[in-house]
Amino acid sequence: MSLIAQNIHVHLGRAHVLQGVSVVARPGQMTAIVGPNGSGKTTLMRALTGELPCQRLVTLNGHDIAAMPPEALAQRRGVLPQSAALSFPFTVTEVVRIGLEARGERADALVPAALSAVDLPGFSGRLYQELSGGEQQRVQLARVLAQVWQPVDANGPRWLMLDEPVSSLDIAHQITVMRLAAEYARRGGGVVAVMHDLNLTALYADRVILMQKGQAVAQGTPPEVLTDAILSNAYGCALRVNAVPQEGIWVLPHAAA
Amino acid sequence: MVAISPDFLEGDRSHRARRMALALSVLLVLVATLSLGWGASGTSLPRAIGDLLAGRELAVQDRVVLLDIRLPRVLMGICVGASLAVSGAVMQGLFRNPLADPGLVGVSAGAGLGAILAIVLGGTLPVAVAGLLGWYLVPVAAFLGGWLTTLVLYRIATRRGRTSVATMLLAGIALAAIMSAVAGVVILRANDAQLRDLTFWGLGSLAGANWPKLLAAAPIMLAALAFAPMLARGLNALALGEAAAGHVGIRVQRVKNRAILMVAAATGAGVAVSGGIGFVGIVVPHLLRLVIGPDHRWLLVNAGLLGAVMLLLADMVSRTVIAPAELPIGIVTAIFGGPFFLWILLRNRGVLDL
Repeated sequence: MSLIAQNIHVHLGRAHVLQGVSVVARPGQMTAIVGPNGSGKTTLMRALTGELPCQRLVTLNGHDIAAMPPEALAQRRGVLPQSAALSFPFTVTEVVRIGLEARGERADALVPAALSAVDLPGFSGRLYQELSGGEQQRVQLARVLAQVWQPVDANGPRWLMLDEPVSSLDIAHQITVMRLAAEYARRGGGVVAVMHDLNLTALYADRVILMQKGQAVAQGTPPEVLTDAILSNAYGCALRVNAVPQEGIWVLPHAAA
Repeated sequence: MVAISPDFLEGDRSHRARRMALALSVLLVLVATLSLGWGASGTSLPRAIGDLLAGRELAVQDRVVLLDIRLPRVLMGICVGASLAVSGAVMQGLFRNPLADPGLVGVSAGAGLGAILAIVLGGTLPVAVAGLLGWYLVPVAAFLGGWLTTLVLYRIATRRGRTSVATMLLAGIALAAIMSAVAGVVILRANDAQLRDLTFWGLGSLAGANWPKLLAAAPIMLAALAFAPMLARGLNALALGEAAAGHVGIRVQRVKNRAILMVAAATGAGVAVSGGIGFVGIVVPHLLRLVIGPDHRWLLVNAGLLGAVMLLLADMVSRTVIAPAELPIGIVTAIFGGPFFLWILLRNRGVLDL
């Protein structure tokens, strides 16, 4: 009942963007994918969601995702895209409902709960296009959350696949969203998130996958992966990892002295 | 948290959309009745209805004018108006842009070329084929022309799942130019009678409506219109982008193929019988989105109703402003629709990525 990718390769044009990446993400855990720009984080996410066809297999709860009907896949996992663009003036309620209604289910009861979960209570009647970028990103998260509301159902764990879920959020809402994802995992669901912020990763992730030049160069718990040597090498700059007693670790860029 | 009653959710505009559909249905019946009684001849609809209710035979003039001239024209107006508006809404959903319209991006031109080919070269077809297709020849040819154009357009304008509006509009201009050029060459081969037909048809008109044409084109339009609501959920999801639509469980490629077929069928059959009537496909969905929102489950139904109402009204204008002569309806819709289109453009200048 895991999300497993074995030795996957992705070519985009002439570029060999993923060069044999193997990943296991388990339900009950938040797995963070980190790495420098252009290291293949988003490509890995797109391969894991089935958006990019890749050589070799990606399995979700034991099923080959390439062979799953889209409806079944949509019932198993929700995907938060990086872009929050929307082409018509939908209200917030209408956006949140789209995910469930696409497969013919009523979502009205979930709308207020999903909006509260992303700290947007009372936004249901607002027009999506009139919201700020951060608010739009949280509406999209509410939509994805409504799509797979219960972390576990009769068919096993469900999954949240989040591509940079906190990229345009203020610090309070970064924490709101990370807590939400961690809580989803704690209740038995699986969470896979592409992350830029190493400190939030250290605080909330259970597993970290570090990407570099199309390969997963390190995988493990945050203390195992987020070390001075591994990070400095991967990001190509001096980074020092510190620890706060009882709080865990945090990373500071080590300014050239 | 605000208590939320189960039958009302803020931001849910489906109730408003339902009321709108009801109101437009009533309006359509009224306008259609009015249109039936509207015209230059001395026929009186109340008298004819009185005759009918009293069980009397209709006067011969009433029967000819009402049943053989006006009724097919009104029915044609309803079918064509609904087809144009729904095609516009579906195409806008497919291209994720409120400015996409079969008339603007060359689909109507492609359908027109198909129709012209059928009108001019139809006589050269083997008799068996021509006989088999009969009145269907022109609508089917127009459908094929529109379909091919839409396919080519979509291929050109979409790269890596993203449709570029600028490319779409420019490619539409190029395609329309090519179609018109080919059509021009074909028209050189037309005889005088065909030429007269083509000129009037090119401006857009319901004047040619008769029962055989209606019976040939209406089934295609009605089938396409009946099919359109099945695209609604897919089009809603497509508003999120193609990748996200796939992630919520939509078979994106299938929705796209079907939407293109639906647009080509409705536009093709509409163009075949009424020529190029512009702007209905842009104006109607846009007005409706302002009031009931963009949810395609309601937008498509309402667009069909409002499109029919608008085209009947435009037809009544076209029949009366220079009576006893007739102004082609395409001119009427352009006079009203052109400025409206510019207004949409100005309003959205900052938002649309043009």
